[in-house]
Amino acid sequence: MQHSNTQDTLVGLFVAAGIAGLFFLALQVSNLSSFVEEDSYTVSASFENSGGLKVKSPVSAAGVKIGQVKAISFDPKTYQSVVEMAIYSQYKTLPSDTTASVFTAGLLGEQYVNLEPGGSDEYLEDGGKIELTQSAIILEKAIGQFLFKSAEEKAEGKKK
Amino acid sequence: MTKFLNTLGRTTTTSFTKLGRGSYFLLETLTGIIDIVPRPRLLINQVYSVGVLSFLIIVISGLFVGMVLGLQGYYILSDFGAEETLGLMVAASLVRELGPVVTALLFAGRAGSALTAEIGLMKATEQLSGMEMMAVDPIRRIITPRFLAGFIAMPLLAALFSAVGIVGGQIVGTGLLGVDDGAYWSQMQANIDFEDDIVNGFIKSIVFGFVTTWIALFEGYDTVPTSEGVSRATTRTVVNSAFSILGLDFILTALMFGED
Repeated sequence: MQHSNTQDTLVGLFVAAGIAGLFFLALQVSNLSSFVEEDSYTVSASFENSGGLKVKSPVSAAGVKIGQVKAISFDPKTYQSVVEMAIYSQYKTLPSDTTASVFTAGLLGEQYVNLEPGGSDEYLEDGGKIELTQSAIILEKAIGQFLFKSAEEKAEGKKK
Repeated sequence: MTKFLNTLGRTTTTSFTKLGRGSYFLLETLTGIIDIVPRPRLLINQVYSVGVLSFLIIVISGLFVGMVLGLQGYYILSDFGAEETLGLMVAASLVRELGPVVTALLFAGRAGSALTAEIGLMKATEQLSGMEMMAVDPIRRIITPRFLAGFIAMPLLAALFSAVGIVGGQIVGTGLLGVDDGAYWSQMQANIDFEDDIVNGFIKSIVFGFVTTWIALFEGYDTVPTSEGVSRATTRTVVNSAFSILGLDFILTALMFGED
């Protein structure tokens, strides 16, 4: 009887340890804890080019994450990329003339939406639209422009 | 030529009949689950011998695998100046691949071979036929609790392996090599997805637990009842389990992480 009691305890400990391991993975390792964040409201913005932005990319203001990208779609009428963002409800006081830009974290890092609050007294509401946007900087384009420019300067220098 | 064709035919027939017997065996085992409910003691005993006794080897291997990942990852990542992503690398490789696969391989070696040898010896010493004489169904009495125990223990062991490995990577990365502790965890949390990574890894470990235990029990039950037969069956358990784990891992990975 004694033996079987210790065995029960050990099996109990084992199962508890396994479940604790699962909880550790779910809460400490994965992004599950950021989903638990209370409800959010949706705001959309149209970009000329949303670059490498993905669903679940962070939306931040002043460097702090205040939401995430919910959906990205292509508008066939304006030929623009429509990005829907879920902003956490606790950040309700974004001015209606907030600027949204697509930035890159680090040189090769992932892209995120940066919101820069404006000065309006009116606040963005659920389903609201951010009018002022700035597209992602496409590295290839920037390099192309740079090369083109320097080639042009060289050609001009030769002419003189 | 005829001889070759004969051999080919015989091999095909035997392997297919074996697969058929195996499936039938699995079906009978699964129907026996209802009989466990009034006798939880049978299951607890088996969870003890399959799970608790494998606990130590899993935890120690997990710790060392995590620590090695920490070291190797650091050497490569620091070449690119990306040491902060060490946590992500360790966690992603453990949760997606190494956790389920290495645990399943160790589980097949530690618990699977023991199951095969135990049941094979029971058959060789005619304990199984003895049970049948007493109108006790050996599958329901002996096989089902062991099957269920393996099925329960394997995902728990895999979760422990990954968790301990991540901590091991942290010990090496932040303690020894000087990666920032906050960056280790935040990079991990920002990029490991609950559904895509953790749940898929968990599903993998469930599948591996199911297959490994099934192979171990069936090889034991199907063994030639001699000492040589038992030894061969034990070898086959480990070899076949390893093949099926690695093959299934490829298929599951292709299905789970294929798109996006």
